[in-house]
Formats: sequence, structure tokens, C-alpha cells
Amino acid sequence: MYRLKYAAGSTFKYITLILGAFAALIPIIVVFFSSLKTNAEYGATSPLDPPQNWLNFSNYTKAFVDGKMLLGFGNTLFILTISIIGATLIGSMIAYVLSRFKFRGSKLLMGAFLLATLIPSVTTQVATFRIIDTLDLVNTRFAPIILYLGTDIIAVYIFLQFLDTISESLDESAMLDGASYITIFFKIVLPLLAPAIVTVIIVKGVNIYNDFYTPFLYMPGENLQVISTALFKFKGPYGSQWEVICAAIMITIIPILVAFIALQKYIYNGFAQGSVK
Amino acid sequence: MFANLSYKTQRRIIIIAFSLIPVVLLFTFAYLPVFNMFKYSFTNWNGYSKSFDYVGFENYQTIFTNPKYFSVFKVSLYYFGATFVQMGLALYFATILSFNIRFKNFFKGVLFFPYLLNGVAIGFIFLVFFRPDGTLDTLLQVIGLGHLSQGWLLNPNIINISLAGASLWRYMGFNFIIFLGAISSIGKDIYEAADIDGANRWHQFRHIILPSIKRILQLNLILAISGAISAFDIPYIMTGGSNGSNTFVIQTVDVAFKYSKLGLASAMAVVLLIIVILVTLLQRVLIKGDD
Repeated sequence: MYRLKYAAGSTFKYITLILGAFAALIPIIVVFFSSLKTNAEYGATSPLDPPQNWLNFSNYTKAFVDGKMLLGFGNTLFILTISIIGATLIGSMIAYVLSRFKFRGSKLLMGAFLLATLIPSVTTQVATFRIIDTLDLVNTRFAPIILYLGTDIIAVYIFLQFLDTISESLDESAMLDGASYITIFFKIVLPLLAPAIVTVIIVKGVNIYNDFYTPFLYMPGENLQVISTALFKFKGPYGSQWEVICAAIMITIIPILVAFIALQKYIYNGFAQGSVK
Repeated sequence: MFANLSYKTQRRIIIIAFSLIPVVLLFTFAYLPVFNMFKYSFTNWNGYSKSFDYVGFENYQTIFTNPKYFSVFKVSLYYFGATFVQMGLALYFATILSFNIRFKNFFKGVLFFPYLLNGVAIGFIFLVFFRPDGTLDTLLQVIGLGHLSQGWLLNPNIINISLAGASLWRYMGFNFIIFLGAISSIGKDIYEAADIDGANRWHQFRHIILPSIKRILQLNLILAISGAISAFDIPYIMTGGSNGSNTFVIQTVDVAFKYSKLGLASAMAVVLLIIVILVTLLQRVLIKGDD
């Protein structure tokens, strides 16, 4: 009896898992199928029908060239690299100071960082826009970069958590050897923070790659399109050519898929750690 | 050179040097905008002219008396409702995938993957999904429910459910992975002890898993609420806010940048910020009383 009940429970589990996986995948699979269909075929066949020719990449070339996707990838990469390096350095430095030194105002500073997490950036966007405008950064690639650096409280948190696990006696023994604080930070602390850095890179990287709001608002210029805004531009002019739009969608998904498969383990850890325990 | 200084001097230098940039950024992009936003909200500034007048609470009055501005909050309720379904599903999948199961990694990967996708790509994927004779209609036909087909994005009564569904699809993986991480940090021996005591899976969930991940649940609930109020990507990309799918943020962006009413838009943002903070505080109080 117990065994029967157990088997039924187990079957139920697998059925729900398969349904869940199906729901997660089917919207993407349909887009993948459509991206390989010709215009006539797209109109005539059901969305669930696989394409006749699995090697029909003409939509991909069209999307890639007409949508100037290369430009989008270039800009995204530029913004991503600088923001991530900056966020890692700035975040680890302030976290080091906050975790290792007790000074007048250190509590206050910590509080200021904490309180800032309460402000959803989306609410202050209008006022932020004026500041970026005053700094003359609108329509430059530095507008999103400075915003990704400035609002990065999550990185500070992740570093703070890790620093707690690194023993302070390490710092002290280095000081006995006469190492300066700069040496201690760059030669001892930073290398030990490697797992935290990987976490920050992944969490931050995903956010930046996928962000639509910031580049859309701050960089409307033709030459400044990133992957999100490049894709968004397909709406309208390609209204009757969804197979091309589908190819463009796949072009933005493929790098993420490859990165996901390659970095799976780190990504899971990264998100678990990013969740402020 | 630096190393020759005393540790006390070094300490002072390093505190200032390492804090300077983060503090400047924090104040410029977190606190100054809030301060300015309050200031603008009492003006009739259009965002570009040199001068503007203070108009007192006029902008706030407009928001609270003109139903056009306040009705968008009804739309948030759909997203808010969807987050409960989303967190329920995430919790369910995270729980069953924490135990021995075949193809565990495959299922984990597939359920989480949508969260990694670009918001614009997701918007487009769901335009394909919801279009007439699109994926959803075809699927319904396959299982014999073809009569349920309809204008998923054309019918104002349905549109927000469709959009909230797309949003659920997008964010479920995030909740899932966070819950999975939290559940996996529970020691194995606790389950073993419970097994010996004859606790079934439901008891284990109710008395071991749920209490241990309470904090993460709370955090996700707060994120869900502010997320529901500030929904933007999906409705903006898919419908541009038409057919009754306008959200508060779409409206704020339109008022500010399309209609150049920066004062009014700022007042809307202030209202939004106050709601988010109130909800967060309220939740803290309620949940604390529960401990």
C-alpha cells in the first residue's frame, strides 16, 4: 500500500516536472522553428510544425546584417566589460573598508548603503535622467556604465559576506611581515575573494546583458544600440516578417545558452549567493 | 613609498581612497535623485526650460483625483496575483528537485533558463505565443480546447492576465533557484531524523523546509511586490501599454519623456516610492509579529 502510494506520488512528480519543462521550453522552441522557416512557410504552417529545411539560415543572415547586430554585440561587450571590472573593484574596495576598519562614520556609511537598497531605481529614473543629462552623458556609452557602477549595492553585499569568512589574522600576519594595506588588499584579500568575484560577474553580467530600460532611455542614438535595443528595433518595420524577428531573438539567446551550459555550476552558486542571506 | 608610512596613516589614506568613488556614486545616483524627485514633484517643470514654478500639491492632486492616473494600480494587482502563483510553483519545483530524482540537472536547467533571457526577447517570444493562431491557440486545439482561443492581447479583460503570465514565465526560475539554494543549505541529518520519526514528505516540507527558508520567502515576497508595482519591460515591449495594459512605470515614462511633464511624473514617482516603502515596512512589522 505504502509502495503504491509512493509510486503514485513519484509519477505525479515526474508528470509535473515534464509539464513544467514543456511550459518553459515550448515558447522558445516555437521561435526556433519559426526562425528556420521561409516567409511563405511561416504563414502556411502551424507554429508547432518543424521547419522543412533545418539549414535555412537566411533569416539569421538577414537579421544579423539588417539589424546591425554586430554593433549591438560590440556596444554590449564594451559596456559589460567596463562595468564589471569597475563594479568588482569598487565593490570589493568599499566592502574591504567596511568590514576591516572601524572608524567614525563606518556604521553610518553601512547604513547609507543599506537604505539605498530600499529605493527601487525605477522610481527615481526621471530624476536620475536629469543628473545624467547635467553630466552631459546622455547618448554616450558612459551613461549606462556609470549607472551600473553606482547602483551596485548587491556586489557590496556579496563581498561583505565573503570578507566575513576570510580570517583577519591573515591580514595581521601580513602586517607583521611589513606588507602595506595596499599590498594586503591586492595580493591577499582580492585573490581570496575570487569566488565572490565570479558571483558578481555572473549576476551583474546577466543583468547588464538583459537590461532594456537603461540603454533604451539613455542611449537612443543609432550607433549606440546594444543587444536589447537592437532587438527592439525589429518591432514595427518587420511586422510582417516574424520569421526574421524570430531569427533575431535566437541570435540574442544563443550566447546566453552557450554561457549557461558552460558555466552552469557557477551560475547556480552565483544566484544562490546573490540572494542576500 | 606607501609602505613606508605608518599603519595609522595608511589606514586613514586607504579608508578615504577606497570609499571616495563608491560614496560619490551612492550619493549621486541613489540619494540625489530621490531628493530632486521630491523637489520636482512640487513644480510644473517640463524638464528642459530654464525656469519653473512651484505649484504646491497640484501634481499630487491631479494623480489622486484623475482616475486616468490612479487606475494603473489596478493593473499591478494582476502582476501581484501572478507572483503568488509564481512563488508557489517555484517552491514546489525547488522542493521536489532537492531530493533524489532522475534528470535532476536537466530539469533544474530548463526551469531556470527563462530567467536568463533578454527582456525584449521574452516580449517578442510571447507576442508569437499569444498571437491569433499562434502557439497558445494551436496548443489549445491540440488538446481539444480550441474553443477557448481568443484575442489574448486584444481583449482588455484578458490582456493583463496574458502579460502577467509572460512575466510569471520569466521570473519563476529566479525564485526557483533562490529557493533551491536555501533548501540545499538545510543539513541532511535533519531529514534522516525526521524519517526515523516517521514524518512523511508533507510533514518534512511543513516543519523542516518551510521554517528554514522563511527569510528567503519574505525577501522574495518584498521583491515580488515592488516588482509588481514597477512592471515595465514586458507590457511596454509587447503592447506599449495599449488595451488597458498600461502600468504605472510606463505611464510615468510617457508623462516625463513623451509629454514633457517632469513635475507631474516626479510626483507619480514619489507616490510609487512611498507605496513601495510602506509595503516593505508593513511586511516587516507583520512578519516580525509572527516570530
